[in-house]
Amino acid sequence: MENQKPSFYEEVRGNGISRRDFLKFCTTMAAFLGLEASGVGQIVKALESKPRLPVIWFHFQECTCCSESFIRASHPIVADIILNKISLDYQETLMAASGVQAEDAYKAVMKKYPGEYIVMVEGSIPTENEAYCCIGGRSALQILTEAVKDCMAVVAWGNCASAGCVQAASPNPTGAKPVHKVISGKPVVNVQGCPPIADVMAGVVVHLLTFGRIPQLDGMNRPKAFYSRRVHDTCYRRANFDAGLFVESFDDEGAKRGYCLYKMGCKGPVTYNSCGIIKWNDSVSYPIQSGHPCIGCAEAGFWDNGPFYQHLPGVAGFGIETTADKVGLGLGIATAVGIAGHAIVTNIRKHKEIINEPETGSNNVTPKES
Amino acid sequence: MRSRTIPLREVHVWEMPVRIYHWINALCVTTLCVTGYLIGDPPAFMKGTEAYFNFWFGTVRFIHFISAFLFFFNFIFRIYWGFTGNEFSRWYNFIPLKRCQWKEILEVIKVDVLQVTNKQIDSIGHNSLASLVYFITFLIFLLQCLTGFGMYGAMSNAMLPRLFAWVVPFLGGDMNVRQIHHLLMWGFIIFAMIHIYLVFYHDYIERRGVTSSMIGGWKFIEEDVIERHDNKTEECPKG
Repeated sequence: MENQKPSFYEEVRGNGISRRDFLKFCTTMAAFLGLEASGVGQIVKALESKPRLPVIWFHFQECTCCSESFIRASHPIVADIILNKISLDYQETLMAASGVQAEDAYKAVMKKYPGEYIVMVEGSIPTENEAYCCIGGRSALQILTEAVKDCMAVVAWGNCASAGCVQAASPNPTGAKPVHKVISGKPVVNVQGCPPIADVMAGVVVHLLTFGRIPQLDGMNRPKAFYSRRVHDTCYRRANFDAGLFVESFDDEGAKRGYCLYKMGCKGPVTYNSCGIIKWNDSVSYPIQSGHPCIGCAEAGFWDNGPFYQHLPGVAGFGIETTADKVGLGLGIATAVGIAGHAIVTNIRKHKEIINEPETGSNNVTPKES
Repeated sequence: MRSRTIPLREVHVWEMPVRIYHWINALCVTTLCVTGYLIGDPPAFMKGTEAYFNFWFGTVRFIHFISAFLFFFNFIFRIYWGFTGNEFSRWYNFIPLKRCQWKEILEVIKVDVLQVTNKQIDSIGHNSLASLVYFITFLIFLLQCLTGFGMYGAMSNAMLPRLFAWVVPFLGGDMNVRQIHHLLMWGFIIFAMIHIYLVFYHDYIERRGVTSSMIGGWKFIEEDVIERHDNKTEECPKG
């Protein structure tokens, strides 16, 4: 291998990480990725021998919370991945270069590693008017289309790049679209969440490094290892749900006892993520553990399925707080009124049939009194 | 005593499998609506206890899932019976592809819904409007099965629910799927209200024994209606 650049392992050793910690990290990642025991060895080998992964990291319409999440990863090696291990040749937030030098950096990557580099994207792409998001005088769409052409794969970080997030929420003034809707021909990994869990992001990067291909994806292009189960199905409060023990207000007895937050609008039952297992901030906690319902930030269109503190979403076109139940009940009442009206009219209009004297000519039956 | 003699014939309209289908379906739909509503909006009637003593909500969900499987297979059976049953249960009654079916739909709207004219509707089984409504309910059944098993699929490794795994990505996520599933539940409730009312209505006006026909299978039909029915051209479905 033309391994001029130091490998991942050499870098971390140089940074004072012991081999023991390095192996611990590899094992953790293998567990996160759902690999079998032999997978640990593969990760170790890959990180020891493979050169760094060339990456171009774009920021479009977003808040940088994905980067923030990633660089705040608790595990020192996870932080190292982003700062040293992947060859982050272009990352607007973190790189030292600016202006022409910055532009040159990512163009150099594209030229040097065609078919090998990974494009990582934070943020959605405006399509209503491309001018809503321009960098260096070119629109997000132009930059992305050009960068994607020769890449190996695209990683869409967070809800913005995966589903449009808040920018794409109704009425979507910029016509914001996620990455997979504006490019074609390249595999896109949607790493959902607002932001995604740092360890999940690290897991995706480690997978790319180790196996040189994208992880197994589900129907919505999310890595199956992290997004195949609902927050609800992995929630430590799940037993309270099955027992029918629900929090009804944030200051009630149930909240104190840690009952299920289903009735507080928890979107855990409709959200696929690893919050319940990997958790956040070195597995300290996650929203539900801290007493707050899940807002479903890893799901497409979660802003439009609000309010956050209401279990049933509003029905579009019926006002903000109108749920399916209110619409249904209204229709039910209308039906009942219609039935009552119809019954009254029937007794008047069909009087003859009811007293058993059908109008002559309506059929051939002639009633006989006997 | 008021009585009258009119020439009537008993007609075997609903065969046993159709009647069994109907009542299993009624039971399932009722159970699914009640448990489904509870799942959507559970009453928090327990306080100050711990989860390991209780499982009532889990039981409600379990009943919902069991009923859903029963409903699904019952529905599949009815589709099968639409190809093997008698003329009144055949599939072609339910899809108005013929001009005469649309003609009857208009007649039923005039006679029974708006009540602007008085005319005998000749159909012995379902009339064409009722058939069309049942066809729409079958589509709702299908959608409800798709969305229901789609949501169920994510927590099951069984083959049948996994067949529906494509539904959630197709509809853009669990949030949409759940919303559709919930809205359609109201479709079932409103259908049931109108359905039961119309059974009463028809028995009240026509006295063909439509209510008991779903128990015994037989209806009392005027002889002239049967004559016209037998002379019908093949162009129009006979149901």
